[in-house]
Amino acid sequence: MSGARKKAARKNAMQRFAANKGAVVGLVVLLLILVIAVAGPWYYPTSPWRMVGRPFLAPFVMERFPLGTDTLGRDIAAGLAHGARVSLLIGLVSTSVALLIGVPLGAMAGYFGGWIDDVAMRFTEFFQTIPSFALAIVIVAILQPSLTSIVLAIGVVSWPPVARLVRGEVMSLRTREYVQAAVTLGQSTPRIIFSQVLPNAVAPIIVMGSLMVASAILLESALSFLGLGDPNMMTWGYMVGAGRTRLIDAWWVSFFPGFAIFLTVLALNLVGEGLNDALNPRLSGGRS
Amino acid sequence: MPFLNFLAGRIAKGLLVLLAIAILNFLLIRAAPGDPAMVMAGEAGAADAVFLEQLRQRFGLDKPFIEQLWLYLKGYLVLDLGFSYRQQQPVLGLIMARLPATLLLTGTAFVLSLGMGMVLGILAARRVGRLSDSAITLAALVFYATPLFWVALLAQIVFALKLGWVPNIGYETIGAGYTGFRRALDIGHHLILPALTLGLFFMALYARMMRASMLEVAGADFVKTARAKGLSEGLITRRHVARNALLPVVTLAGLQAGQLVGGAVLTETVFAWPGIGRLMFEALAQRDYALLLGVFFVSSAMVVALNLLTDIVYRAVDPRIEAAS
Repeated sequence: MSGARKKAARKNAMQRFAANKGAVVGLVVLLLILVIAVAGPWYYPTSPWRMVGRPFLAPFVMERFPLGTDTLGRDIAAGLAHGARVSLLIGLVSTSVALLIGVPLGAMAGYFGGWIDDVAMRFTEFFQTIPSFALAIVIVAILQPSLTSIVLAIGVVSWPPVARLVRGEVMSLRTREYVQAAVTLGQSTPRIIFSQVLPNAVAPIIVMGSLMVASAILLESALSFLGLGDPNMMTWGYMVGAGRTRLIDAWWVSFFPGFAIFLTVLALNLVGEGLNDALNPRLSGGRS
Repeated sequence: MPFLNFLAGRIAKGLLVLLAIAILNFLLIRAAPGDPAMVMAGEAGAADAVFLEQLRQRFGLDKPFIEQLWLYLKGYLVLDLGFSYRQQQPVLGLIMARLPATLLLTGTAFVLSLGMGMVLGILAARRVGRLSDSAITLAALVFYATPLFWVALLAQIVFALKLGWVPNIGYETIGAGYTGFRRALDIGHHLILPALTLGLFFMALYARMMRASMLEVAGADFVKTARAKGLSEGLITRRHVARNALLPVVTLAGLQAGQLVGGAVLTETVFAWPGIGRLMFEALAQRDYALLLGVFFVSSAMVVALNLLTDIVYRAVDPRIEAAS
């Protein structure tokens, strides 16, 4: 594509994204959460684990604790601000891990076909059969909860759909004329895969990636809810779990962090759907 | 006998998956920091020297790696999933005692979510663009993004603690001594909330899928033909569109079986439902890795069985598959 046409195509995609109201709302919410994640720890410099007030202060009563305090007198608003950073960080990094596993595997399977494809797809199917949440629990528990083990576990259970998607894309792209031309020119196989095939499969990967960040955040919150979060980090899932025992007289302790998870995941899903409309105009509607 | 061949093939494939999971378990124990015997015994110091020695014997830790793997797999072959030091019982017995509750919960949630998801998807597709379509689509979007454990907690506050419509936690009323039908009713009463919250996410998923699939099939030529023949809209929807639109949803439901079983860990934890999900949570809290890996293995076996079942159902729903294979 020439520069001008590229620009026009990008403008078109942006227009389609802007036409999707849900996606725009999602983007605004997401940007807000991003601002909180970046600025939060600066606004609440003390550790969110510190007891700063009386326990069980109701929300919207004291100006100092707009969302109240929890069972140990920790500021819930501060916890939310610190937790935003962890959630987004884990969502992004573990999605990258999943892409790093899924994209090369899927590209190889789709490009070479034959027995390589067979083996790669059996492997992928196996990982799709295992109950992924249970596998994530087992991995984090055995390797001991830490940022690394959580990211690894989420990455390991979320790559199979990526591999399948990339395989399908590569399979259809590799028969295109420009790829055949590159083969005739004598370009090396890795170079063809990385410079000819994959760049044209980027759009669906981006769409899937944005939806995967959402499910990674859900998965992380569920792990920390069960007590498998990084013990040094305040996370939303941990906060929900910590408030669970005093549900009836202090509902807000569990409610606000859970709502934060919900809002973030919803915003990411909306943005993902908007991206789908914008980048895959022909495919939109047929999401599976 | 094409069906028997198909069945034998699928069962063999399922057994291979289970073998691979046993190997995965073996590798995971090796990946843990520390001596595998210590890992399996639970927290360091909790086990006595005699038991540790027994474990080392059992795992053959003085033998080569490949022999250790064989020893481990031999245990799985005779359904010996290890011994829970914490509970002083074989792992398999502990799991089997809890399995019926989980089967009841996941089975109910599966049927509920698939049934309601299909109905909602059909309703939304028939009213495209109207208010009820938007409402169903929005609800699906919301439930899709809600953390399962959080929605379970909220349901617990509202319907059990505040309104008192259903019991708060547990499987049945303890000490009531109900029997027969009265007991079934009591369990059913306890089951409503956990099954509904577990099924909610999947209902949203199936409703979205069903709606999209209905709209896709509605544009097909044979639907136009049916309409041209003068069939009523209701008949077209039921006979021609919904039946065909169902297929991808059934496929998806089969693929999601693993997610459902995983979700049971959260639901059972919140509602103190005495199934293997709750058992997994207890194993986590006590660092009982033998039990943890055992539950992981059995829940994978459940998923394999469910996949087999969907494959069979799928063949029954779509006779074309038989013709093609």
